[in-house]
Amino acid sequence: MIAEAHPPREKEVRRIRSAVIRFAGDSGDGMQLAGLQFSNASAIFGNDVSTFPDYPAEIRAPAGTLAGVSGFQINFSSYDIHTPGDRVHCLVALNPAALKANLPDLEPGGIIIVNEEAFDSIDLAKAGYLNNPLDDGSLDSYRLYRVPITRLNKEAVAGLGLSAKAVDRCKNFFALGIVYWLYDRPMEPTIEWIREKFAKNPETVEANIRALKGGHNFARATDLFPARYLVAPAPIAPGRYRAVTGNQAAALGLIAAGHCAAKPLFFAGYPITPASEILHELSRYKNFNVKTFQAEDEIAAMGAAVGAAFGGALAATATSGPGMSLKSEGLGYAVMTELPVVIIDVQRAGPSTGMPTKTEQADLWLALWGRHGECPLPVLAPLSPSDCFWTVIEAFRIAVKYMTPVIVLSEGYLANGSEPWRVPELSELPRILVEHPTDPETFQPYARNEFLSRPWAVPGTPGLEHRLGGLEKEHITGGVSYDPDNHEQMVDLRARKIAAIADDIPPIEVHGPESGDLLVVSWGGSYGSVRTACEELRQRGYAISEAHFQHLNPLPANTGEALSRFRRVLVCERNAGQFRSWLRFHYPIDAIGFTQVRGKPFPVADLVEAIELTLEGKDPNEHAAAGSRADGQRLHH
Amino acid sequence: MSTPPPGRALTAKDFTTDREVRWCPGCGDYSILMQVRKLLPTLGIPRENFVFVSGIGCSSRFPYYVNTYGLHTIHGRAPAIATGLKCARPDLSVWVVTGDGDALSIGGNHFLHVIRRNVDLKILLFNNRIYGLTKGQYSPTSELGKKTKSTPYGTIENPVNPISLALAAEATFVARSVDVDIKHLGYVLERAADHKGTALVEIYQDCNVFNHMAYAFATDKTVKADNVIYLEHGKPLVFGKNRDKGIRLNGLVPEIVTLGDAFHEEDLLHHDEKADAPHLAFILSRLRYPEFPEPMGVFRCVDRPTYDERMQEQIDAAVARQGPGDLAALLTGSDSWIVN
Repeated sequence: MIAEAHPPREKEVRRIRSAVIRFAGDSGDGMQLAGLQFSNASAIFGNDVSTFPDYPAEIRAPAGTLAGVSGFQINFSSYDIHTPGDRVHCLVALNPAALKANLPDLEPGGIIIVNEEAFDSIDLAKAGYLNNPLDDGSLDSYRLYRVPITRLNKEAVAGLGLSAKAVDRCKNFFALGIVYWLYDRPMEPTIEWIREKFAKNPETVEANIRALKGGHNFARATDLFPARYLVAPAPIAPGRYRAVTGNQAAALGLIAAGHCAAKPLFFAGYPITPASEILHELSRYKNFNVKTFQAEDEIAAMGAAVGAAFGGALAATATSGPGMSLKSEGLGYAVMTELPVVIIDVQRAGPSTGMPTKTEQADLWLALWGRHGECPLPVLAPLSPSDCFWTVIEAFRIAVKYMTPVIVLSEGYLANGSEPWRVPELSELPRILVEHPTDPETFQPYARNEFLSRPWAVPGTPGLEHRLGGLEKEHITGGVSYDPDNHEQMVDLRARKIAAIADDIPPIEVHGPESGDLLVVSWGGSYGSVRTACEELRQRGYAISEAHFQHLNPLPANTGEALSRFRRVLVCERNAGQFRSWLRFHYPIDAIGFTQVRGKPFPVADLVEAIELTLEGKDPNEHAAAGSRADGQRLHH
Repeated sequence: MSTPPPGRALTAKDFTTDREVRWCPGCGDYSILMQVRKLLPTLGIPRENFVFVSGIGCSSRFPYYVNTYGLHTIHGRAPAIATGLKCARPDLSVWVVTGDGDALSIGGNHFLHVIRRNVDLKILLFNNRIYGLTKGQYSPTSELGKKTKSTPYGTIENPVNPISLALAAEATFVARSVDVDIKHLGYVLERAADHKGTALVEIYQDCNVFNHMAYAFATDKTVKADNVIYLEHGKPLVFGKNRDKGIRLNGLVPEIVTLGDAFHEEDLLHHDEKADAPHLAFILSRLRYPEFPEPMGVFRCVDRPTYDERMQEQIDAAVARQGPGDLAALLTGSDSWIVN
């Protein structure tokens, strides 16, 4: 092997504060796996990590085409980060299409590692290259490293008796080995993972480990790279950590909520991108007394959750935009019957089927208003992948305490992205107090407590037999009522019940100066990018503040007061301005909006620019449009 | 809220709410309600363990009139909501009350899947072949050509056969009765209550305002003996005022024969509700008036694991194998690390 032929030399080590790496290849090339391993290794090494998987909607788009390119981006750092990064430091491209699709995001002078054997005439043509970009000088402004990955990988795993196809499947690990050396990552966690994952297949274990080490040795032994990069561990609060994606965190949060409430969890779902993993995760944990039900459709999933809630279970469902549309009817029913259900909407780009694998936060209005009649309910949004855990627990706290359905607005980017998460002790989890009435003498189905909640009486309780339904309820007795005064009173009670939750949630916090010229506002999954942009600008001397909303309905009680302390309010969101309208609906503020709907998280640079423009009194969106045009031009050159 | 004193046997009165029943005078629903109220106290189940779940339509008012737990839900969705309830609470006796529009039109998908899964629910399908609550449009069971408010020139669509549909969906219990034949209806309801799994009972119900006498062929004492045939397990299919007619199979084709010199009872099709395969039940479901007498009774009754039972079994097996879930270990996962 090459590693034996060339003794390793000491290479220059460059210390950098952070780096962004993107693995890109065909959707069958195992890029998601390589990316996940790199991020886990980096997290275990002690870096802060944020990831962004980006894959096509087609399970196997035609091999070698731009449509079939799958990418996984990792931002790892020696300081606290909140985004997967705008600009890529190192791009690993396993075929021409992966190079072409991802080159626009590479920073000037960035590193490109290619599998040069994949740049044959067929694959070049599939990617739409007229000339081989490895040879035509078009990559001269980057640091290009051509590696015959196919052949070297084949040599590394030779002699194990694997089929040619199985051998070729190891090349993601070979590429990973190269990058592990380049960024001085520990290989042990990945080797351990391979051993566990393929335990039933010793040849595969051996092949993958050899490929990984082969790539590492190759990078170490050759003179290909002039330097290695070192990203020191970040100062992270002590504790036990693990990596979680948003969907994993949501699933864990649901199980934890069951623990907090001492109640069995019932989860109903219908497969939909990008929410299905929540159903997958939960269906594994049967020994936690978790019942999962894959329903015949979204409507049935919603209905089954309501039925289970009536039976006294902690009931939840998860979906994405198209499924939310179908669940509207069931949501209205849960509002009328005042039953606790948590609905997770992992938002994706719409309308209609839209771009199922691309992220967006444009279901806010649907969540707030997408039902007939006066039908208010609480809406929450997690701010990062791991925050999905806490948000789901908070959603259940509110659902049970106020006897209401609660919508959680996650999004594709949080659902699939991962970050290190400090694993909480069980003692850190809140208690969710559940009360079921048992006294027939005092029971009235629609009598209300101090929170305006009605009692959660469950079947099986003698003497409390009662009927719920979608027809308007008579105040206190819960009988069917068409009385005009009663309807008006019930509409008002339902609205006041939800509005009063404002006093039961944390006030909005302002980061930066308490008052001043500009408050930058974000909600949900835009947190990381907005936070990073604001920090960058404050470091550059701008006195700007920011506020992030996790409770969207009701808004925290101090929202109006907090907003009023700033001369200008800039609301940054990835839709056409939904949260800005929501704020203006409630408060007499002339908020400015900065919006993008590009199926991606906000690039920090775009936000920095938008904030600067706002400070100059200009329209932030005009320039952003110009920026998008520039982006488009980049795609075409 | 009244509670029957402990130890006293329950009666139909215990299952009667104080709400005035508000179906049209003469509606077939009254008779079904009476039979259900009569049956419930005989089942040995505490009143608080019954839940009646309905969708939308005239029939779906039913839960308001039965003094048990109840859910009057959304149009077509009762089977889905009941599935969630039964899975979460297998200890409850859950009944679904639905109609031909509710179950077979807007709720067709849920109807198919609840039966396929064999969730332990009793489904009472009140089939009046019309939309009553919305004042007289045709329903999925209305006969071809029927003139209604929405089809002044007659319908142009083929009706669905609920029993055939249920059998095709792997139903484990399917039966049919008619609202005014209270003795037979009581018997069929009792059989459904005794069945473990989805029990579908199609009840021919007279909407005396919008589709009056739709089932006169099966209720008019002067003709019904020639128009219906009562299914009895193991017995030959004999019918007619003089019990001189029968159904026999000619190959796979059923035909009416007259008993006498040419045909004897042993030549007739014998009913087998417990047949492993649903073929015979399906053939019976195709017998329609006026070509044939329509079968009443239990078409099929077979024992199969229920969905809710299997769901619980998987959980019990997982707990037995892995022990009860350890939340701290779950949160920690298999790839955690410590930062000091």
